[in-house]
Amino acid sequence: MSPLNIQKGASKHSAYDLRDPNAEVIETHTLAVIVDNESGVLARVIGLFSARGYNIDSLTVAEVDHLGHLSRITVVTSGTPQVIVQIKAQLERMVVVHRVHDLTMEGPNVQRELALFKVKGRGEARIEALRLAEIFRANVVDSTLESFVFEMTGTPQKVDAFAELMQPLGLIEVARTGVAAISRGV
Amino acid sequence: MTRQMTGAKMVIEALKDQGVDVVFGYPGGAVLPIYDEMFQQNDIKHILVRHEQGAIHAAEGYARSTGKPGVVLVTSGPGATNTVTGIVDALMDSIPIVVLTGQVPTFMIGSDAFQEGDTVGITRPCTKMNWLVKETDKLAGTIHEAFHVATSGRPGPVLVDIPKDVQFATGIYKEKADTRTSHYAPRTKGDPEMIARMVELIETAERPVFYTGGGVINSGDRATQVLRDWAEATGFPVTSTLMGLGCYPASGKSWLGMLGMHGTYQANWAMHDCDLMLNIGARFDDRITGRINAFSPESTKVHIDIDPSSLNKVIHTHVPIIGDVADVLEEAFALWKSRGGNVNREALVRWWKQIDEWRAVDCLAYTPTGGTPIRPQHALTRLEALTKGMDRYITTEVGQHQMWAAQYLGFDGPNRWMTSGGLGTMGYGVPASIGVQIAHPDALVINVAGEASWLMNMQEMGTAMQYKAPVKQFIMNNERLGMVRQWQELLHGERYSSSWSESLPDFVKLAEAFGCKGIRCDSEDDLDEAIREMLAYDGPVIFDCLVEKHENCFPMIPSGNAHNDMLLGNAETQGVIGAKGAVLV
Repeated sequence: MSPLNIQKGASKHSAYDLRDPNAEVIETHTLAVIVDNESGVLARVIGLFSARGYNIDSLTVAEVDHLGHLSRITVVTSGTPQVIVQIKAQLERMVVVHRVHDLTMEGPNVQRELALFKVKGRGEARIEALRLAEIFRANVVDSTLESFVFEMTGTPQKVDAFAELMQPLGLIEVARTGVAAISRGV
Repeated sequence: MTRQMTGAKMVIEALKDQGVDVVFGYPGGAVLPIYDEMFQQNDIKHILVRHEQGAIHAAEGYARSTGKPGVVLVTSGPGATNTVTGIVDALMDSIPIVVLTGQVPTFMIGSDAFQEGDTVGITRPCTKMNWLVKETDKLAGTIHEAFHVATSGRPGPVLVDIPKDVQFATGIYKEKADTRTSHYAPRTKGDPEMIARMVELIETAERPVFYTGGGVINSGDRATQVLRDWAEATGFPVTSTLMGLGCYPASGKSWLGMLGMHGTYQANWAMHDCDLMLNIGARFDDRITGRINAFSPESTKVHIDIDPSSLNKVIHTHVPIIGDVADVLEEAFALWKSRGGNVNREALVRWWKQIDEWRAVDCLAYTPTGGTPIRPQHALTRLEALTKGMDRYITTEVGQHQMWAAQYLGFDGPNRWMTSGGLGTMGYGVPASIGVQIAHPDALVINVAGEASWLMNMQEMGTAMQYKAPVKQFIMNNERLGMVRQWQELLHGERYSSSWSESLPDFVKLAEAFGCKGIRCDSEDDLDEAIREMLAYDGPVIFDCLVEKHENCFPMIPSGNAHNDMLLGNAETQGVIGAKGAVLV
């Protein structure tokens, strides 16, 4: 008997992912996990990742529906396709989890992260920092005679790029929120 | 009508509302109000165990043998931490258990109070769900939710932590019927397209096998019945995991015996050579698969499981079906019959001819010594023969005796076999046997044990005596940690590091000390008579069966090997486990 030739998405209700499970390629996925806003929920979700050896590249959490008592955890994770499917299945079966959206699979999405950069410097470097900040649309939210704090919102790549440029100009501290993500369109 | 009552009373009311008739527990400071309410009622029977771990295993025995959730009540701190092993055991084997723990009062939480422990923190990774209840008004609803979660979908243990001030305070009781249970509602109906594919595969398969697991038993009587209907109508062979024994009768003509590391020759070869594997409520555990990349290489695999995370976790399946075993099997059966109920009869005849050749190897054959010492396989063969047809429940400890029991005892119905599968918890059997006996007071309950495992929770014999639970402790005493010894022989150059039982008690005198009956048997000649004496005694018995000390458990798939690469006996055991296999457990 030959193995079945089932097309991906053979069933529209399908929770199954039928990609080659043996593919060793590492994929990065952004998941939005809607959970009950109760104490211990974040520990429960993080505990799942550490207990089963999954990666967390970025994690943000906040209440998004006060009346419905719901929080949204945005987690960026990486692994083989089989591991990604497992992560979603393990999350979905948790009692506190209402829904798991794999934003990477569901289509185009917007990813944003807020970052604060403290840059120390005088003279030319200081002016250069200010000029680059303008290009990156970063705002100055604090200033002394020898330092700036820039605030910037953007994709993680943009934040990375800005941080790299600021490095030689006196970057001494970075604070990042991690990624918040949402799908495009309705 | 709203009813006001204390939190402690609410606990009792909620348990009654849930139809609970037995609670296994141990009192302490943080649950005194609940114990006081327990004292003032007669609907719920409280079984006082001797150690909190025993309470969980007893509740597991109760749950597995009845299909109802088991309930445990213990105090804070050490009471709660002592339950952890049992909770993990229930999680691994998908047993519905509701654990109620006392906690220090809310205003003392976090102050390192006497007998304070972070119970919800400690048990978070090993429960299906747990709750710390900080308001009395929420207590009843939380307990109802706990029962809902424990018994829905893939069953498992849950825990409700109740601070002492919440037990004393008065609040409004919420009836079970008025409780809106959470969004948690796992899907039970399988995807029709996938079910249709499964049926198509069944119609054409040339070398099929039903690989059944504990999920069939957890799904209930409907599931075991429809599985039997399937096996009967198709004539496909059936094998089971350790957890699935009894879902298909051992006396049935399609029965191959257990599969896996110590499974039968025919079951493992059938798994390896099949072209259609129908995994029903099993989870491709490493004891089952052996080497993953050599696991049943030719087969198309169908997997029915209520837990989506079990699908494609270890083995890639071609037809994954998320759903309840009973629902999926029934729907598939109806569809298959409506399409004419066809199978490939010609190919099946050839398949059975092949299976009969494997059966002819007679992998469980052994030679009785005819005297002293007793061959362990023979002890179980005689136990099986002398208890055949009785209303019998078997529990086990963990080790060689457990595998022999799975091989040599036959189970014709579900819920008759209680063993620690996933976690492999030594010390499971004694309390589990008591839990089973409490649920089935008139049945014959035997704990097949090894002496080392048995000692781990032997204090529960006191519980058996107190509640007149006539459990039979059938200890196959080889004065060794037999399975450890076997692995050391195979893997570590026969250096038997700490794997013998030194300074063992005299089990007959121990029985007398507990006030029950002790029997010792050291010869195959006397075995039948001794077993009959055990069965005839009206009360708990500790049976010290002195068996061959160096017997190994076969057949065996050494770690890291494939199903068609089994050891059948003592010859050729040296060097069979390679370096890669040696790191496996």
